[in-house]
Amino acid sequence: MSQEEQAVVDIRKRIAFNKLRDHLFWIIGLFSTLIGFILLFTLMIDLFIDGFPRLSWQFFTSYPSRFPERAGILSAWVGTTLVMIVTAATAVPLGVAAGIYLEEYSKKNWLTHLIEINMNNLAGVPSIIYGLLALGLFVYFLKFGESILTGGLTLGLLILPMVVIATRESIRAIPNSIREASYALGATKWQTVKDHILPYSMGGILTGMIIGLSRAIGETAPIITVGALTFIAFLPTSPVSSEIPFLSFRWLLDPFTVMPIQMFNWVSRPQAAFHLNAAAAGIVLLFMTLLMNGFAIYLRYRFRKRIKW
Amino acid sequence: MVGIISEMPKAEVKNLNFYYDDFKALKNIHLPIAEKKITALIGPSGCGKTTYLRCFNRMHDLYPNNRYEGEIILYPEGLNIVDPRVDPIEVRMRISMVFQKPNPFPKTVFENVAYGLRVRGENKMNFLKEKVEKALKQAALMGEVKDRINDLAYNLSGGQQQRLCIARALATGPEILLFDEPTSALDPTATSKIEELIMQLKKEVTIIIVTHNMQQAARVSDYTAFMYLGEIIEFDKTDKVFTSPSQKLTEEYITGRFG
Repeated sequence: MSQEEQAVVDIRKRIAFNKLRDHLFWIIGLFSTLIGFILLFTLMIDLFIDGFPRLSWQFFTSYPSRFPERAGILSAWVGTTLVMIVTAATAVPLGVAAGIYLEEYSKKNWLTHLIEINMNNLAGVPSIIYGLLALGLFVYFLKFGESILTGGLTLGLLILPMVVIATRESIRAIPNSIREASYALGATKWQTVKDHILPYSMGGILTGMIIGLSRAIGETAPIITVGALTFIAFLPTSPVSSEIPFLSFRWLLDPFTVMPIQMFNWVSRPQAAFHLNAAAAGIVLLFMTLLMNGFAIYLRYRFRKRIKW
Repeated sequence: MVGIISEMPKAEVKNLNFYYDDFKALKNIHLPIAEKKITALIGPSGCGKTTYLRCFNRMHDLYPNNRYEGEIILYPEGLNIVDPRVDPIEVRMRISMVFQKPNPFPKTVFENVAYGLRVRGENKMNFLKEKVEKALKQAALMGEVKDRINDLAYNLSGGQQQRLCIARALATGPEILLFDEPTSALDPTATSKIEELIMQLKKEVTIIIVTHNMQQAARVSDYTAFMYLGEIIEFDKTDKVFTSPSQKLTEEYITGRFG
């Protein structure tokens, strides 16, 4: 065999060896992906098998009960919805305004660096800590009681750092040339923020907001800490009334329960029939979260479609 | 130096110094800007020509620790536009800028051109339409986009986007139009269209153009200033600068011996 032929043989050997390693990683990667996927899938199947037969109109329109077959999630899903409204209404405007301020207005000095570091740390603080803070601040100091307002504010506090971080990241993605184009036409800072910064970062902001909310919707610990009840057999005051001014905010101060607390309550009962109720409530909660995430993906797509940079 | 220009000056730079923090980027600049003529700024990269151009619309005020010293007098009223007491927003409303890379907003063609007017509180659709059409015609873009006024600006080609940016800068009727290397991101065909357009525009507006391309300066401009290390080395009529420069440094630069 000549030297050249030998070189070709060597190269082919080398390629075969490289390809073997390539395949090996492919297998490891597939296996890792499948583990996560199969676990989640099993969990959902299990939840469905247990809970699906319990899902009925009656389940959504009944209050909790001593009798598992009569019990339902009416007060829980209404409570969750109202708490989420308070959470979104407080965390989003505050978080977006703070994010805009930090990115567009504040001078970059040690104070803003400190705030930035703190903000990132706050996003990682265990949720029970927020519960304790809220118990002291909202329940005892501000005397909001164990109400929907307290619950919503607590969860709002919890997701505030996430909203701020999402806002800042999506503002940072806007190229500086766009800002300069706006300023060069004589726009003020506020005009630039209102006409450009905010609309172009809206996709990212909304995504951050919904990811925050879908974390908040499953939170149990801080809500228990501020004193949400586990057994509520009535609905909060209706927000709409037949008398002037037709809108009422009394519901803000009403006691409440939320989906995960209702689930927790049922799981801790000895009767097996209550466990099935918990599974059914789990399916509902899962779908609420999936729906919100789906909505986030749709919004990101809608807002990103017209922007290329 | 005022003697060099035969026209009325639209602006006059007197003893201008500019600092980024402690770094002195522009040194004792004197320069008259002839009304409704094209003044080109040439020089090797890093010589301060863009820094100089951005003094004219106070872009440096957007970033911290920048400082001007000296005067840029805007005629006829004799306003010193780099005086800290003069509002940079007023300066930017009167002096428009076209940037190096086309930077349209992710909005429609119409909204891009109308934005400068909207900033000024104009919201009447008829008025906006009229002004947008006029600006698009001035920027030689109307023919190509008349059916795409409500399309997104990003769907235009690079050269069209740059002419859109020119239309956007023109829509508000500026007194001076600044160009910061407007063709450096474009292909030769788009470049020559822009150059033609710039030569057309001097009938209506005073133009200052920064360019790294000496042929471009020679083709389009009436006056040329050669800058080096933050100083103006030579300023004269363009043919004079390119045919018989008085400074050795200028000659070396335009013959390609450095830069």
